[in-house]
Order: sequence, then structure tokens, then C-alpha cells
Amino acid sequence: MKEPAQEWLAQALPQVEADPHAIHRLFPQAERRGGPGARRALLGALHGHHAVIHSLYEAGDSGERLAILTALHELDLEGTAVGLVEDALRTNDARLVAAALGPYGSAWLDDHSFRQGVLKCVFMSIPLAAVAELDRRFDAELARMLSDYAAELRAAGRPVPRDVLERI
Amino acid sequence: MRIFDPHIHMTSRTTDDYQRMHAAGVRAVVEPAFWLGQPRTNVGSFLDYFDALLGWEPYRAAQYGIHHHCALALNPKEANDPRCAGVLAELPRYLLKDSVVAVGEVGYDSMTAEEERAFEAQLALAQENDLPVLVHTPHRDKAAGTRRTLDVVRAAGIPPVRVLIDHLNEMTVGMVADSGCWMGFSIYPDTKMDPDRMVALLKEYGTDRMLVNSAADWGRSDPLKTRQVADVMLAAGFGEDDVDQVLWRNPVAFYGQSGRLDLAAGSEAGPDYAGNTIKRG
Ligand SMILES: [Zn+2]
Repeated sequence: MKEPAQEWLAQALPQVEADPHAIHRLFPQAERRGGPGARRALLGALHGHHAVIHSLYEAGDSGERLAILTALHELDLEGTAVGLVEDALRTNDARLVAAALGPYGSAWLDDHSFRQGVLKCVFMSIPLAAVAELDRRFDAELARMLSDYAAELRAAGRPVPRDVLERI
Repeated sequence: MRIFDPHIHMTSRTTDDYQRMHAAGVRAVVEPAFWLGQPRTNVGSFLDYFDALLGWEPYRAAQYGIHHHCALALNPKEANDPRCAGVLAELPRYLLKDSVVAVGEVGYDSMTAEEERAFEAQLALAQENDLPVLVHTPHRDKAAGTRRTLDVVRAAGIPPVRVLIDHLNEMTVGMVADSGCWMGFSIYPDTKMDPDRMVALLKEYGTDRMLVNSAADWGRSDPLKTRQVADVMLAAGFGEDDVDQVLWRNPVAFYGQSGRLDLAAGSEAGPDYAGNTIKRG
């Protein structure tokens, strides 16, 4: 016999396969009823339905938004979800900001937004290790922004984080 | 000493309050949705407020080592404004969220027909979503309002053990004790209830089904009133276990009926890299 959580997920997945909009009711309860990973599984059952993913994100609480942001790169969305990543970068929640700079954000954010996002991480004490593919996206302008920030810190007599020092 | 404030409006409080609350022993709060000083005039204002109770506020609380859950509802006063009635249609999707542990605050403010309709509709929503209910009792004409409140709860068929009737005083505690509902007391600096009167009621009615809150908000109020009650209880001869029952185990038992109360994740720190202060990006 299956665990109740597995049972819940086994019944939820076909509902989303049959009607993507069924996810609106299932997704908020998915982690507490379907166990860890249930939200990711439900998102997979949407097969890249970006309109539903958008409205799910907009209606989501922090946990739901985090689950969406961290799964975006697996959802066959091309660039359609970059607005969600930009939304997350406007918040003051370090979990959302870090997730926004995961593999999807790194792949699709334009240079300006990406650099601003990285700088925001530094301001929020999010380790730069959280930024996906930073080596590939790192450029002279980002180096200049980080150097200026380091100069500001030194002028204020405050320590420059090690991961910033390594980049400048 | 561990304290659970079962009714406090942290949205209206500062980070200094969070710090002082943690130092006083507060480790968990429930923030019910209520009115602000300025009346809202549209549904969108409520949705942003609900989103803050589900997002920003628990995040802020976690930075100070405090677990934050919420109760959501259309409050009685604003239920009278037809521009806000659409909130009832939005509630079902919000009541599914992980950190929603009750429907509330519902009940009466001015005892109008609109308030009663919203109250009844939300009692039904609580039952559909398997959530307990936090009921506000009116400040004006309190005894009559509380009697009517209990009639509505009874008529709705919701088990009394899933209902908390709040803002009680010497005039209203008896009827709620008899009803089987949980009894809530808001301890304010100069109105409603004070710590000494609260402890007298605990002596008279015992510690079962009794909850003490600060109901601190944007008015004159004090988020440390829960701790003061604990201290006065101890001074009056109650034991540590009585204090723990009233100020921790009772709220855990009441809101735990939702099945969504999560006090496990480390209450001593928020997300690793967020440290002890809200970082400004
Ligand atoms: Zn209140």
C-alpha cells in the first residue's frame, strides 16, 4: 500500500494532465499533502503551459513561488517566464532573489537585469555561489560595479565579502 | 519560558518589537487579518495585505527567531462596505495556503445584517477547508454581541472545539466557557483586560481552553503583554506548567487543529544568509 502522500500525488498528477487549471487548487496544498517534491512534479505535468505557470506564480505564496522559480529551467518555457524572475528580483526576500538567479534567470535575464541581480545578492548577503553560471555571465561592467561597491565598503571601514574580493 | 501569542497584528509593528518579543520568550505568533486605521475601499487592497501576511511578514518574523502563521478573513467592519464584499470570493484560494491556520477575525462589529452574512459565509468556508475559526467580539454592546455570536456559531453546526471567541471579559467569559468554545483574552494597556484581572479569571475558570494574547496593532497596545501575564501568573502561585499550558500548549492545540501549524523548522534563525537583520537590497 502507498503512503498517504504518494497516494495524494498519484491522484493529483492525472488531474493536472487532464486539465492544467486543476493545478490552481492542488499546488498550494501539494507540499503538505503530497510531500517534498510534489510541487515540482505537478509543474512537470503542465508541459510548459506558460499562462498557467504565470497565474500560479502570481497567486502563489513565498513557498509556491520558490518552487516555481527553482523549477523554471526544467519546464520547457523558453524565455516566456523571464517576467517572473524579474518580479522575484524586485522582492526583499533573499530566498526568492537567490532562486531568481538560478539556471533559468542566468540563461534568460538581459545583461542589465542580471548585473543588478548579482549586486542585489551582495547587498543581501546572498553568497555569489548561489548565482548559476556566474563565470559565463561575468563581464567587465559587473566587475566595475563590484569594485565600486568594494570601494564604498572600504571607505566606510567595513569588510568586503570574500566572494566579492575574488571577483575584482 | 516559551510564549505563543495567538493574536497579534505584526504588520503594524516594528523590527524592534520582534527583537523585544524574542527576548521576552515569544517564539510563535498568529496574525489574524483585520482592519487598518484607514478603511480599505477595494478588493485589491485586501489581496496585497493577505499576500504580505503569507510572504513578507513570516519572512520578517523568521529573521528574529519567531514562527509566523496567519488567519485570513474579511473582517466584520469592512464587511459592511459593498466595495469590499468581493473579498469573500477570493478567500477560498487563500485558505489553501500552508501558513493559514484559521479563518479570522470574523464576527460582529456593529451587529449589522451584512456582518452576519459575512460571518456565516466564513464559518461555512472554515468547515469546507477544515480550519478552526477566530471570532472577534464587538467592543460596543459586548455581552449581547457575544450571546448572538454564540447563537450563530451553534446554528452553523461547527464543533465548538474548533472556535475561539476572543476579546472576552468578566461579563462574557461565563457564557463562552459553557459553550465549549475556546476563550481568548486580549490584554491591553488601558482597555479590555489587564494582567491582574486576567489572572483572577484563570483562578476562577481554570487554565483549560484559555488563551491570552496581546492583540497588539496600530493602536495603543503592547506586544509584551503575554509575558506580563505569565509573570503575574507565577507571582500569584501558578506553576511553570500552568504558564506553559496557557501561553504555549493551548494555542498550539487550538491552531494545531488546522494540521498546518509548523513549529519544527529552526526558530532560532531565518534563511542562512539572511543573518539577524533584514538586508536591504
Ligand atoms: Zn485583532
